[in-house]
Amino acid sequence: MSARDQILGRLRSAPLNTETVTPDVAGWFAGHRTSDNLTQRVARLRQALEAVRTEVHAVTSDNWVSVLLGIVATKKLRHLLIGHNTSHGEAVAQQAPAGLQIVRYEQAIEAWQAQLFDGIDASLTLARGALAQTGSLILWPTPAEPRLMSLVPSVHIVLLDAHTIHADFHAAMTSENWAQGMPTNALLICGPSKTADIQQTLAYGAHGPRELVVLIRQQQEGVAS
Amino acid sequence: MSKVIPINPTQEFKERTRHVLNDPAQRQNFRGAMDFLQAKRRAQFPDADELQTLRELGSQIRRYSLANLPRLLEQLEASLTANGIQVHWAQNPDEANAIALQIAQRVQAKRIIKGKSMVSEEVGFNHAMQAAGIEAFESDMGEYIVQLAGEAPSHIIMPAIHKTKQDIARLFEQEVPGVSYTEDVDALIQIGRRVLRHKFAEADIGLSGVNVAVAETGTLCLVENEGNGRMCTTVPRVHIAITGIEKVVEKLEHVPPILSLLTRSATGQSVTTYVNMISKPRQPGEKDGPQEVHLILLDNGRTQAYADLELRETLKCIRCGACMNHCPVYARVGGHAYGTTYPGPIGAIISPHLLGLETTYPLAFASTLCGACAEVCPVKIPITDLLVRLRNEAQARPDTEDASLRGSGAARSLAQTTVWSVWSQVYSKSGLYKLASWFMSRGRALSPSDQGAWTRSRTPLVPAPKRLRDLMKDHADKK
Repeated sequence: MSARDQILGRLRSAPLNTETVTPDVAGWFAGHRTSDNLTQRVARLRQALEAVRTEVHAVTSDNWVSVLLGIVATKKLRHLLIGHNTSHGEAVAQQAPAGLQIVRYEQAIEAWQAQLFDGIDASLTLARGALAQTGSLILWPTPAEPRLMSLVPSVHIVLLDAHTIHADFHAAMTSENWAQGMPTNALLICGPSKTADIQQTLAYGAHGPRELVVLIRQQQEGVAS
Repeated sequence: MSKVIPINPTQEFKERTRHVLNDPAQRQNFRGAMDFLQAKRRAQFPDADELQTLRELGSQIRRYSLANLPRLLEQLEASLTANGIQVHWAQNPDEANAIALQIAQRVQAKRIIKGKSMVSEEVGFNHAMQAAGIEAFESDMGEYIVQLAGEAPSHIIMPAIHKTKQDIARLFEQEVPGVSYTEDVDALIQIGRRVLRHKFAEADIGLSGVNVAVAETGTLCLVENEGNGRMCTTVPRVHIAITGIEKVVEKLEHVPPILSLLTRSATGQSVTTYVNMISKPRQPGEKDGPQEVHLILLDNGRTQAYADLELRETLKCIRCGACMNHCPVYARVGGHAYGTTYPGPIGAIISPHLLGLETTYPLAFASTLCGACAEVCPVKIPITDLLVRLRNEAQARPDTEDASLRGSGAARSLAQTTVWSVWSQVYSKSGLYKLASWFMSRGRALSPSDQGAWTRSRTPLVPAPKRLRDLMKDHADKK
């Protein structure tokens, strides 16, 4: 008999637990949910992200590229990794100044791993959404914007459309029906990488990005920070 | 490289405990770390009602998952397989390591980079790979530090909690080429980052644990702050995940409450930097991610705990470490004293199933039964009840109904059994009690001055010159 059958056999021969109840997860969240309207959700998200040393900027659909390029200039970034044929990536590429090298993630990682690890300062990706409660950005990497874009470069810049901010993790996965089909990799990201493994002292920039920059984009005219 | 964790708590437990208790610097490290973690957790649960209802929900989810475990494991296997992830089953550490080794040899792997995985510690993964000539390198900063020092983790969440920054500064200076002594924590982390970036890039296989496996979608959820877990599961061409069979839940919506309880209880964070949900290997058109993903499901004694409804509660554990952070015994003796992969209260109740009671029963006695562990447990495991149950199992008469575990009766001795049966007779028969207490009070001068552990730091116990009944009689006579 295989290991599988033996393990399952032992589990099946154990007594049944008749005292279990079916957990009412939706009910619990419905009773404990805050941040109802968009303004509150944006404020909550911003507060949670800033608490973990994330730079947050309010932008509009008109000014986000110039705000981003301002950040690039302030941080003296020399390269920006963008996705393959993404409208937001190309919008930045079109206005990129002479000193900024635009790199597109066009090839499989095997072809250019050394360059990605050692020769890229920053990356730009679009978030699928966010969770106001915990300050998490939702990323579902795609062939156009692969997984390592949000992990390897030192500075990770995320463009987030305000209307995609959900109250919490449960609200996001149920309203978008994630259970119907999960992507290869789904991520929640809250802040730059960090560790407290040395004497409980918090240090940023462990293995992933040292800095996380979030541009919260609103369609209507807002006030840029 | 890391050495095999010494698993022989019976013989060495007292010795190791004494060793740590005589080391003021290490006791101070642990005390400071425990105070820090307790305060961080407390700050995450300002609303007592929210905490209690969320714990109840967490407990229900875990109990429901366990009640349906065989069905959910089959569903998980079917979902993962449909997603292209290969599922393997291992009954014990040898089988788990053999599966990993077979994969490594097939893909001609020379180097394995590891994310944090307590199950890989449980099976002695690094040692097994080294024996086969394959490098297994830890990438979690804490795990990297303890591996560099040739030690085992002393805490399940913060592996290097027993080390000061001075210890780590000296270690890096000695072990990392070209590094000079620095106590600056940011600088130390940047040294680790630099060394490990190369390791991620050149590894053939990434190994990780799993925090929650979702049966309905075939998803492996991992939480972390450093990004090393994402590196291990994204950069190398093969990803192997290893986990205990108990980590499965039925629905994706079961994940948010479990992760919320986990991160808030463990490190006092509302969420970790990364929640990494993996459902497939690299798909056609995708430009990164592993070509192969494997999941090894490990039993290693978990089915023994499962066979008993009371002991099954042990398997609800989500490995947050809150029980050890609040344990007065762990805070004083630290993680290494336990001599097992999982220290603290959870270690005391899970290790007997993994290793047998013969070698682990002293851990069940290393508790004051104060109940702090059960009070903070995010999934309401009745830890103190289980400790008492294991104490009874350790004393059980073999071949009876009371002895249901591997190693039951291991602590049983003729002397103790005799003492307790005499005590039982004396305390259940009033005539015998009167007689015995008369002899005790009149013969108090014969009380030994050396009463073992009791008199090492206390005055000897001596019976009162007059029994309660004598005092009552005197009192009545005076009236």
